Amino acid sequence: MATLHIDGNPYEADPRQNMLQVSLTHGFDLPYFCWHPALGSVGACRQCAVRQYRNEDDQQGQIVMACMVPAAEGTRISIQDEEAREFRKSIVEWLMINHPHDCPVCDEGGECHLQDMTVMTGHAYRRFRFRKRTFTNQDLGPFINHEMNRCIQCYRCVRYYKDYAGGRDLDAFASHNHVYFGRSEDGVLENEFSGNLVEVCPTGVFTDKTLKGHYTRKWDLQSAPSVCAHCGLGCNTLPGARYGGVRRILNRYHHDINGYFLCDRGRYAYESVNRPERIRHPLLHEDAHDTDTHSKPEFCSVDHALKRARDRLHSARRVIGIGSPRASLESNYALRALVGEDHFHNGLPAAESHLVNVALDILRHGPAKAASLREIEEADAVLILGEDLTQTAPRMALAVRQSIMRAPEETARALGVPAWNDRAVRDVIQTDRGPLYIAAADETRLDDAATSVVYRAPEDLARFGFAIARAVHGDAPPVDDLPEEDAAVAQRAAEALANAKRPVIISGTSLGNESLLRAAANIAWALLRREKPAALAWVVPEANTFGAGLMGGRPLREAYQAVSSGAADTAIILENDLFRRTHDVDVERFLQSLKSVIAIDSLRNRTTDRAHVVLPAGTFAESDGTFVNNETRAQRFFQVLAPEEDVLESWRWLGHLESGTAPSEEPRWKELDDVLAAMARDLPELAGARDAAPAADFLKNGSKFPRSPRRFSGRTAMLAHRDVSEPKPPVDSDSPLTFSMEGSVTIPPAELVSHYWSPGWNSVQALNKFQEEVGGANRGGAPGVRLIEPEKATHSFFTDIPAAFTRSDQKYLVLGLHHIFGSEELSRHAPALAERIPEPYVAIGEADATARGVNEGDEIVLRILGRQHKLRARIRTRLPQGVLGVPAGFPGLTGLVFPADGHW
Amino acid sequence: MEKPLTEHITPGAPPLDLAAYEENGGYEALRNTLGSMAPGEMTSLVENSKLRGRGGAGFSTGMKWSFVPMGENAPKQKYFVCNADEMEPGTFKDRYLMEGNPHLLLEGMILGAYAIQAPTGYIFLRAEYRKSEEALARAIEEARRAGYLGENIRGSGFSHDIHLHSSAGRYICGEETALLNALEGRRAVPRAKPPFPPVVGLWGKPTIVNNVETLCNIAPIVRHGPEWFRKLGRAEEAGTKLYGVSGRVRNPGLWELPLGTPLREIIEEHAGGMRDGYRFRGVIPGGASTDFLVEEHLDLPLDFNSVQKAGSRLGTGTMIVLDDRTCPVGMVLNLERFFARESCGWCTPCRDGLPWVEKILEDIESGGGREDDLGILHQHAKFLGPGRTFCAFAPGAVEPLQSALKYFEDDFRRHFDGKGCPYHAPSAATGNGQPPSSSQGPETRNQKS
Amino acid sequence: MLSDKEREEIEAELPHYPRKQALCIEALKVVQLHRGWVDDSALRDVAGFLDMTEHEVDSVATFYNLIYRREVGRNVIHLCDSVSCWVMGCDSICSHLKKSLGIGMGQTTADGKFTLLPIPCLGDCDRAPSMMIGHTLHSDLTPDKVDKILRNCE
Ligand SMILES: Cc1cc2nc3c(=O)[nH]c(=O)nc-3n(C[C@H](O)[C@H](O)[C@H](O)COP(=O)(O)O)c2cc1C
Ligand code: SF4
Ligand code: FES
Repeated sequence: MATLHIDGNPYEADPRQNMLQVSLTHGFDLPYFCWHPALGSVGACRQCAVRQYRNEDDQQGQIVMACMVPAAEGTRISIQDEEAREFRKSIVEWLMINHPHDCPVCDEGGECHLQDMTVMTGHAYRRFRFRKRTFTNQDLGPFINHEMNRCIQCYRCVRYYKDYAGGRDLDAFASHNHVYFGRSEDGVLENEFSGNLVEVCPTGVFTDKTLKGHYTRKWDLQSAPSVCAHCGLGCNTLPGARYGGVRRILNRYHHDINGYFLCDRGRYAYESVNRPERIRHPLLHEDAHDTDTHSKPEFCSVDHALKRARDRLHSARRVIGIGSPRASLESNYALRALVGEDHFHNGLPAAESHLVNVALDILRHGPAKAASLREIEEADAVLILGEDLTQTAPRMALAVRQSIMRAPEETARALGVPAWNDRAVRDVIQTDRGPLYIAAADETRLDDAATSVVYRAPEDLARFGFAIARAVHGDAPPVDDLPEEDAAVAQRAAEALANAKRPVIISGTSLGNESLLRAAANIAWALLRREKPAALAWVVPEANTFGAGLMGGRPLREAYQAVSSGAADTAIILENDLFRRTHDVDVERFLQSLKSVIAIDSLRNRTTDRAHVVLPAGTFAESDGTFVNNETRAQRFFQVLAPEEDVLESWRWLGHLESGTAPSEEPRWKELDDVLAAMARDLPELAGARDAAPAADFLKNGSKFPRSPRRFSGRTAMLAHRDVSEPKPPVDSDSPLTFSMEGSVTIPPAELVSHYWSPGWNSVQALNKFQEEVGGANRGGAPGVRLIEPEKATHSFFTDIPAAFTRSDQKYLVLGLHHIFGSEELSRHAPALAERIPEPYVAIGEADATARGVNEGDEIVLRILGRQHKLRARIRTRLPQGVLGVPAGFPGLTGLVFPADGHW
Repeated sequence: MEKPLTEHITPGAPPLDLAAYEENGGYEALRNTLGSMAPGEMTSLVENSKLRGRGGAGFSTGMKWSFVPMGENAPKQKYFVCNADEMEPGTFKDRYLMEGNPHLLLEGMILGAYAIQAPTGYIFLRAEYRKSEEALARAIEEARRAGYLGENIRGSGFSHDIHLHSSAGRYICGEETALLNALEGRRAVPRAKPPFPPVVGLWGKPTIVNNVETLCNIAPIVRHGPEWFRKLGRAEEAGTKLYGVSGRVRNPGLWELPLGTPLREIIEEHAGGMRDGYRFRGVIPGGASTDFLVEEHLDLPLDFNSVQKAGSRLGTGTMIVLDDRTCPVGMVLNLERFFARESCGWCTPCRDGLPWVEKILEDIESGGGREDDLGILHQHAKFLGPGRTFCAFAPGAVEPLQSALKYFEDDFRRHFDGKGCPYHAPSAATGNGQPPSSSQGPETRNQKS
Repeated sequence: MLSDKEREEIEAELPHYPRKQALCIEALKVVQLHRGWVDDSALRDVAGFLDMTEHEVDSVATFYNLIYRREVGRNVIHLCDSVSCWVMGCDSICSHLKKSLGIGMGQTTADGKFTLLPIPCLGDCDRAPSMMIGHTLHSDLTPDKVDKILRNCE
């Protein structure tokens, strides 16, 4: 810690920071633009000017930029200095010269850093009397709106997009006061993290195009802490809702997970909540299984639906429950409680269920612990074994991209250049990057950042991994007959990992290969035996995959068996489209054999279409619940809007189903906390979930925390699309939040933060006030509870090394290739995101294509498990011979368990 | 009077070739020292000579070289770069040297590179200097063939090669860190300092950037010794300087004179005084980014310290004379238009402040000026000063402005009566008559203005 | 596609730089020399050759004033408009040029023969006013001299 002086008073500060960070951390309202906590300083905007004094005796001092001054011991600055203040005011005056002053019609209005800084610096009257410069805007695709005239040339967008996110299609053009930020010509921004521009841009140049489609003033957005429901990482989000729909997603800072940024799937999937295909009323379909009648499901009242459902349950020989990795722990548990432990199924195909258990066991038994995304960012050597992260766990790919800066930053530090001095660091390190080794089946979007990439079939990837483990530690089993080329890369990867201070090994379930997980574990353990604090990061596909795994249910196959054996005749299917999980034929047979199918879901799908009773479930936005992410962190998400019409949280429906036959009977679960308490008693490993957020009775100064911002236009405007009467706000008995603008005005525990706002700070930059130190930990600790912390025990290495992949002339190995846009079920329903979904295809390696005389775009009829698929060929240079790829989770290709055998 | 820089240059004649250069003692310094003198000694020698950079800032050349990490642990790759971008309006000295005696520059560069042990050198040349390019390209070829460049130069064990890099325009490329970015093929935006180029420079490696004229002094210094060099200057400052004069003088031109030659002597003796019918009103002493000096300064010795004490900068030593029939406001407008156009666009005050200054001056010239404009101009002169902007461009840009406000305030006021510029032809008056946007050139298709 | 000649000329510079992206400006100058200006396809050709995107190359191209991203005439007249030339009356030379060519600053004559552009100080201040056409510097300009020069242009 260093002691330094701001306006004459002493403060303690971390000397590795700069004076802008320190000033903000200590609560000073020092304005800035070009600096960003995740992007560092570049000194471009000159907004953070202060006066610096050499020492106590220096009365004169000089104007400097706080963001470029190290927080060294004895540093003295004045923020209040008259000239510094005048200068800061001038900066805004200059920035406003060409700004269109279109705040009343600007999407950013009311949440604009430029507005805030303008007010903060006191610039009020315009002296510039000449014409403004104007630019033409560009069409940047479905996510981002572009309005260049609002630009203040802070360069944040290109620094974020190019330097941080690795994008190469956004840049700065021209010079002097014509500097332009955009693309060389109109076109879709290709980077998978483009949506963050909306938050990175301090004014209204880059705004959320989906919000524009149903715009509402940002201070009228009701909001609650949420967790992204669209992959396994559990990024924290802040959805904003109005008039019964979700209008946008903002990033919610979680120091250990997503930090400041989300991926575009996470940001834009929300529109699925507002879709017309949402189920909003119960549906009855008495002869759902009678394909001859062509009868249609009919809406009915809640009481009626519940009665019919209960009747069916009571008349059942045996009821089985099928849970879901996209439903909350609470809903899964409520189902398990309803049908009994022995009849609860986790909703996963057997192979995936097994993989999940292997992954969880490796974490349970240790000694390698699960790495958080932050730990991946801070890693100084990373190995990715068999995941195309950008597609399977996008935000993790962004974290990996940062990790490669760590080693070169050390070089810079040795030359006296601190890590925050962004441009200087880049000048020092140039193209030098830290070790990142990727082993993948096909090209990945991180390859450009990698030290080396090997492309192999899954078995060979695993063998490559085992070889690395062996090279790290001699006790790990050797791999026989590894190609020399692979052995050489394995050797180099092993050295890089062993030389690192904080190595991380990443693997996951997307290739459907258990050996990959084991190989990854062996590497981590080998490193740990060499006293390297290696951590493991698993990639799992869905928001609650690990939750479903920890719930301990049986795989789908056993559900199918229970029915085909006649043991069970009724199923409750919770938020799960079985047609996406297993083969059509199996699902069809299963459903046909059931006397009763009760489905609870939010969006119509093929499974709900086959159910006798469908109950309308709340989405993440209308539910409270808990997801367990890839590091086994249980995290609570809260209702952003109260469910409307007949929609209820799934666990509530299940409570109603359990309560008996009479409609008037009390449901089993009155509040979320009841479910959590019961679950904690029943399933000790999940007990931590209870503490993932404060209980419903948590009050601060006797008040709950408001979902509506303090600047909310008021209750009379809440339903202005219908009428202006003042409705009584819904009562929330499940959480410490209220559907109101009234309540506690203090900063709540991190799990309950619904908005970033602080007096004078109306934009997302108010986040500074919600951190222990700027860019650091969430005030009040990181949200969520990690359910598994590994034992310290030393594990004996896995020894079952798979045989090398062998090509056969009769069949190909078909892999499911994942897509950030298209592979996940719910996000496919979001219109903007759907625009980015590619056409289904079959990927063929160059050699195979040549051998079979196939050209790019040719139509191929591929047979997988007896089903025929007509697909256009995409020729891939890296895909190994004998291996094909089809997009996972795409219509027509769902229900296939990969890898599968394919013929053509 | 000794003129080590120009003695062998005949204006109009082709550049000195290798043979002629060697005949006059060229490459003697190189032959005598490379391999035999320790690199550090070379640096001390130059430091002792008190040579100060001729690129504008006047920083001690030897001291700059001494910042480069040396020895075992220093990076093997280092760069020695010659700044031949010469785009400072009013400056035409480096071109004269390169077109006249290119080997003098090459020898200086090789000696400098030897001092810091840099295997690679670049000459960053502005694109418009075609003649310099030809002269240098030929000289480099000759030097390579004669073994003054390349592997193991003349058996010294030191290897060095020089590459000629021609720019694609933009004044900011002359700023040494922007120059490095341009050399790397990027946008020529200046870099953050610290770290300074001698430690972190081209491609992240230790790099020295020196001006052409600076480097042309090196071989003579090494050949004749620092003592000799120090005595060349008048008073306390060492060496000779190329002084140039343009504007309405009888005999505009360029002369190599002892550093510290008084302003009056240069204008009256060498430039032949003012043309008939014109009176001297002021002078920008060292290129566009220096403050005006006026009559009271005529006896000022033009050396770094004296000019600084008088409130201006020696800069490049090439001066532009303001006569009594030219509007000072128009002249400042011309300068600020240049600066507004050439700003790299990185930092706010420069990017957005200078166009405002330009527009106000334009308005004043055309009769739209107001009393409060002076306040705004003063504010810009102050707020675009050192430390407030990212690089030294903007502080340089406001030097003529701030001094014009000081010395020619009356002229500004005379514009406010609504009639505009009180000066008439020939150098009259309304700027150069084009709207600023049309003077931008076809540089981007994205702007609409 | 880069022509063989273009590729050859760009490749000749390769050994002088540790990274080929450093050739971005050089490569743009080469294609401009051959094609007159840098159109979108030239941009893509350079990008492809240097493993850059067209956005990255355009970002560099638009920074420098001697890379033309719009079509220019066969003769680009660079008229110095900096201070010494201004003092010596470049404005009247400029008006004369505009009138003779019938175009404004930044424009090209209808026959595609001339483009008129301003240029900062050409380092010819003692012989101001000055302009450069192609590779040739013209000094001590007067309207008559300008007429003669224009007449001699192809
Ligand atoms: C805007 C700007 C333009 C410059 N242009 C030139 C130039 O054209 N030539 C030059 O030698 N130095 C120029 N300089 C100075 C260089 O940054 C650098 O100080 C100089 O090349 C160092 O050489 P010296 O130490 O030999 O003087 C410029 C500086 C600034 C701020
Ligand atoms: S002062 Fe700022 S905008 Fe101007 S040239 Fe320097 S860095 Fe660029
Ligand atoms: S925030 Fe410090 S200069 Fe921009």
